[in-house]
Amino acid sequence: MPPDFTDWSCPLPLRDYPNVVIGHGGGGKLTAELIQHLFAPAFDDEALRQMGDAAVLAFDGARLALSTDSFVVRPLFFPGGSIGELAVNGTVNDLAMMGARPLYLTAGFIVEEGLPLAQLGAIVARMAAAARAVGVRIVAGDTKVVDKGHGDGVFINTTGIGFIPDGVRVGPDRARPGDCVLVSGSIGDHGMAIMSVREGLEFEATIASDTAPLCDLVAAMLAVAPDAIHALRDPTRGGLAAALNEIAIASRVGIQIDERALPVNPDVQAACDLLGMDPLYVANEGKLVAFVAPEAAEVILARMRAHPLGRRAAMIGRVVEQPAGVVAARTAIGGTRVIPMPLGEQLPRIC
Amino acid sequence: MKYLAEFRNGEIAQRLAAEIRRMTTRPWAIMEVCGGQTHSIIRNGIDQLLPPEIELIHGPGCPVCVTPLEVIDRALAIAARPDVIFCSFGDMLRVPGSRYDLFRVKSEGGDVRVVYSPLDAVAIARDNPDKQVVFFGIGFETTAPANAMAVVVAKRQGLKNFSMLVSHVLVPPAIEAIMNSPTHRVQAFLAAGHVCSVMGYWQYPPLAEKYHVPIVVAGFEPLDILEGIRRAVRQLEAGAAYVENAYPRAVTLEGNQPAQRMLAEVFEPTDRAWRGIGVIPNSGWRLRDAYREFDAEARFDVADIRAQESPICRSGDVLQGKIKPIECPAFGNPCTPRMPLGATMVSSEGACAAYYNYGRFKLSREP
Repeated sequence: MPPDFTDWSCPLPLRDYPNVVIGHGGGGKLTAELIQHLFAPAFDDEALRQMGDAAVLAFDGARLALSTDSFVVRPLFFPGGSIGELAVNGTVNDLAMMGARPLYLTAGFIVEEGLPLAQLGAIVARMAAAARAVGVRIVAGDTKVVDKGHGDGVFINTTGIGFIPDGVRVGPDRARPGDCVLVSGSIGDHGMAIMSVREGLEFEATIASDTAPLCDLVAAMLAVAPDAIHALRDPTRGGLAAALNEIAIASRVGIQIDERALPVNPDVQAACDLLGMDPLYVANEGKLVAFVAPEAAEVILARMRAHPLGRRAAMIGRVVEQPAGVVAARTAIGGTRVIPMPLGEQLPRIC
Repeated sequence: MKYLAEFRNGEIAQRLAAEIRRMTTRPWAIMEVCGGQTHSIIRNGIDQLLPPEIELIHGPGCPVCVTPLEVIDRALAIAARPDVIFCSFGDMLRVPGSRYDLFRVKSEGGDVRVVYSPLDAVAIARDNPDKQVVFFGIGFETTAPANAMAVVVAKRQGLKNFSMLVSHVLVPPAIEAIMNSPTHRVQAFLAAGHVCSVMGYWQYPPLAEKYHVPIVVAGFEPLDILEGIRRAVRQLEAGAAYVENAYPRAVTLEGNQPAQRMLAEVFEPTDRAWRGIGVIPNSGWRLRDAYREFDAEARFDVADIRAQESPICRSGDVLQGKIKPIECPAFGNPCTPRMPLGATMVSSEGACAAYYNYGRFKLSREP
């Protein structure tokens, strides 16, 4: 029997969009509304309500982090990586953002009919190498094939379990006024790498994705100041702007950053200028933003800079009390502006 | 990037702002014509550096904002056809027509694609001979040469499946319309630098003279805009009214001659409706007869589609600089970037969206 929708009413207050639009996957307001109004009420669960990058689950005296992520990138191979590294690093990073040591992954593949086996093999080999590099075991998997034209080559889902060491308390709601805001390196690299190959934009230099596993960097940071690290986030879709807004909302604090302190590679800045985009809103796959106690900020920053993935780490701002839930920036010329939560996808401007 | 980073220097910006403060003796209202400049002003907080006497009025130069509702409705009707691949610049996708936007057409199965150049749309047409490929050709003089080029290339290649929905608008007639409006408050203009890089600025001296209004060609980076304001204030304080070029690294008096020749070859002037403002005589371009076969409006028979604007949205007054976005009764409630009533709330270049997104707030607790 076909499903009967007569008595079902959509709980979404999205009267302007009766269907899912592409922006619902953009990691901004539309995504947040979908989660808040459609998924969260249906699955209603305490662990889910914490809205961390991974769920934190108490089990037999230990605390485990659990996260899942799906990867739908096009093209499958791009400068600096492939969907294979992304699928491992993405979930590893979600676990690391809760202070967890990643242990196990599952891998689900939805493959489009016609994908060359050589390509699938290359992707899987890269996944295996990425997992080995961080000592994570891929222990279960699934394969489905869909008709040609019903997938973009391959979609990958990974689910990861990690172990949260005793004494580590990291969460999106734990940033507090006075905290320093640190980023681990240049922002916007992954998004502009993808965009420049996808759209056939030719720049003088090739922009490479920053895809990388952050668990080792996080462990190094926790080792020097275990109590001082309050919140961590890897600014993927929606960029640093979305990550900062999420923390500001979850921790009920304001965040003020200084645009002059933001590390941005010149080629990424140039590509953004050309397309009318803002690096703050462009995705990263190997960066983190940390909210740390001010007295430990220098020590943590020094440790980040000593790590290969944190060489260009920088202090970019402070957590303030008011206005809560608002991210603001001091601009390069000394004005101020609000950094709003992105709506959906960032749209290239016309001129 | 060279020619950009050095025009974002904070120290020089502070020095320019100090000089503007020093030379300003009374209130002046200056209109930046171009939406790209509005965006830069709010994005960088340039107006916060200015003395309170200087008011920046945001002009009608956002191509997304002034594209009439009925043209958008025509675009939506064309894009929904199963035989069409509809290509557009990115920020047109979220502009609401009477009832919905291109994103929604896409979610319902329409083949809507974001392109960065109209020539990409021509290539899509060549690669998809069984589809009709339509490019949404909007914008000011800045985007027009590439659109003209696309039509010329399509004709040269004998493409029968490429067409363009044209809604081009022009800056000088808009300046003239603003100055002819009895309620306007504009005392000087920053002319749009990128429009002038194509067209030159030879069209402006007669306007400066006729309306006794200073016109300064200005760029888009913070220092470009501050320098434009500085020169405009200098003229205003001196009672002068002439045309100055404060963007010489991109603009010459005569402009880009080959581009102007191609524009004249493909387009001819026409009366054009501006969203929220109304029809301005000879303020747009349409395809000449020799290229009329590429006119999507005729090909898809959508010229009869008409539309009504929202009765509470005052985007027209915003576009003419009569009110600030926050003075509109709909601003923020119910009109937001999520539920825009007017196009000025949609495009990142739109004055309302710029105010809403980057809008000031008190850094300390409000009383």
